[in-house]
Amino acid sequence: MKNDSARMAHFLRRKRTNRVALALAFAAMLFGTFWLAWILWETLRLGFESLSLSFLTENTPPPNEPPGAGGLANAIRGSLAMVALATFIGAPVGILSGIYLAEYRPQGWLAVTIRFVNDLLLSAPSIIIGLFVYAVIVVRFQQFSGWAGAAALSLIVIPVVIRTTENMLALIPSGLREAAYALGAPKWRVILQITLAAARAGVITGILLAVARICGETAPLLFTALNNQFWTTGLSGPTANLPVTILQFAMSPYENWQHLAWGGVFLITLIVLGLNILARTLSRDASS
Amino acid sequence: MSAFAEPRRLWSNALADRLFGGLARGAALLTLASLAGIILSLIIGAWPAIREFGPGFLVHNAWDPVREDFGGLVMIYGTLMTSAIALLIATPVSFGIALFLTELAPAWLKRPLGTAIELLAAVPSIVYGMWGLMVFGPVLARYVQQPLQALLGGAPMLGALVSGPPVGIGILSAGIILSIMIIPFIASVMRDVFAVTPPLLKESAYGLGATTWEVVWRVVLPYTKTGVLGGIMLGLGRALGETMAVTFVIGNMNQLGSLSLFEAANSITSALANEFAEAAPGLHQAALIYLGLVLFLITFTVLVCSRLLLLRLQRNEGKRA
Repeated sequence: MKNDSARMAHFLRRKRTNRVALALAFAAMLFGTFWLAWILWETLRLGFESLSLSFLTENTPPPNEPPGAGGLANAIRGSLAMVALATFIGAPVGILSGIYLAEYRPQGWLAVTIRFVNDLLLSAPSIIIGLFVYAVIVVRFQQFSGWAGAAALSLIVIPVVIRTTENMLALIPSGLREAAYALGAPKWRVILQITLAAARAGVITGILLAVARICGETAPLLFTALNNQFWTTGLSGPTANLPVTILQFAMSPYENWQHLAWGGVFLITLIVLGLNILARTLSRDASS
Repeated sequence: MSAFAEPRRLWSNALADRLFGGLARGAALLTLASLAGIILSLIIGAWPAIREFGPGFLVHNAWDPVREDFGGLVMIYGTLMTSAIALLIATPVSFGIALFLTELAPAWLKRPLGTAIELLAAVPSIVYGMWGLMVFGPVLARYVQQPLQALLGGAPMLGALVSGPPVGIGILSAGIILSIMIIPFIASVMRDVFAVTPPLLKESAYGLGATTWEVVWRVVLPYTKTGVLGGIMLGLGRALGETMAVTFVIGNMNQLGSLSLFEAANSITSALANEFAEAAPGLHQAALIYLGLVLFLITFTVLVCSRLLLLRLQRNEGKRA
């Protein structure tokens, strides 16, 4: 009898532990989504207020102007140019490397090493990449420039594209390749016209994710592109860009600057989340 | 159309194959080259400071650009301390989230919740930083720091931890914001490795009458521990190298006045972000690059451990399959 009640107590204790643990897991989930909701809400609320037509058409204003004057046109233009350039440099290099890893001796020591190093570069601190580009380009040409900024961003694009390209190519059934080889197609045509074409959606997803990643990257631009308060046409001098402008404006004591910074953060969040959602739907369509 | 009929075409195809293969190989080798380039350029850039201060730089508490006396203790302490706080918060929360997503959530909720967590990982760090400075900092100061100070102010040990100005800027807020940033990374790795546990193992445990918690704690977790550890290390690597979220809220003070968590401080990344573009070439710049080198070596070690652990889980998977 006593034995039974001891067992019962043990059973109830186990049940209680279970319930407490699962409640804590639920709380953790709430905790995680709570931050997402809070951050998005504040960004929407504070960013939306500062959006206006002049936000997109006028250059960054001097401090202490009345709120509503000036915009971020020069910063948006600089960011667009650098992101585009970085994607045009980084995406082909990344796709080619991904092809090498997936199609040319994927288990060879070289491919294994490169894959490992690529995973490291994927999560390496982005400010270190800024230091590297500073040493290689900015010091050499004795000038901060948009070119250097784009180079730094492209170094961030490459690992992302390599990773997704390789993963997507690895998913292509080998029967497809073998069928093409059996028809006498040379390897480069098999890769370009069969496997890469079959993995197209996945590869594009990777590029979109890479673009989303560099849109908000600030650290690698701090000492490569620097910043500029004027509209510039080329990329050969210090170039205005959204992230660094946001940093400068948010840390300033001027109300109109802080206002614009919220607008910039709103814009970046919108673009980044939009690109991510687009990439997700694309890859889901491709896989179904 | 036989191969004999078109020797020229065959030949040009062979050439194109060579070319394409070489191109792909060259692009792949760029990855190795950029890693080597990063390490080399950091060592070269830091060399004047390495020669001047040696390894003592790591524990030297000084940062005086005028007298050219530099030591990295404050920044290294700031980086390690904020990351430690971040891990302390993020690890249990991520575990809970992964548990919820794999074992508890109804099927129709799994996908949207998983996506929401992954989107949290995609939000650029500058957004976290700005939110931390403008929104979270004041809330933390008013509702957490001030009450804590009132409560613990006189206590001997804890009092020192909570001294300093309760303005919502400093090591504690940087640590909390870092934790919010790395939760999605750790949680999604944990969720993925939990999902590789063979259903047979779990079902056997359930069949013996184990509760959900017992299955997770005694079956899933031991089975996936290398992967879980790898995920935590991945988060740590992120936290150590994160720049913007920290720069906004850490306060950027180059002195180690007290051990208080409320005190403004500096981390390696925020020191680089704030000073590097304006540092005069010479010892000041070299000292900053030295800091960058230290940061790179720390994150490099952490990330290598993380990759190796995750690879080990994968390989064990392969053996069993």
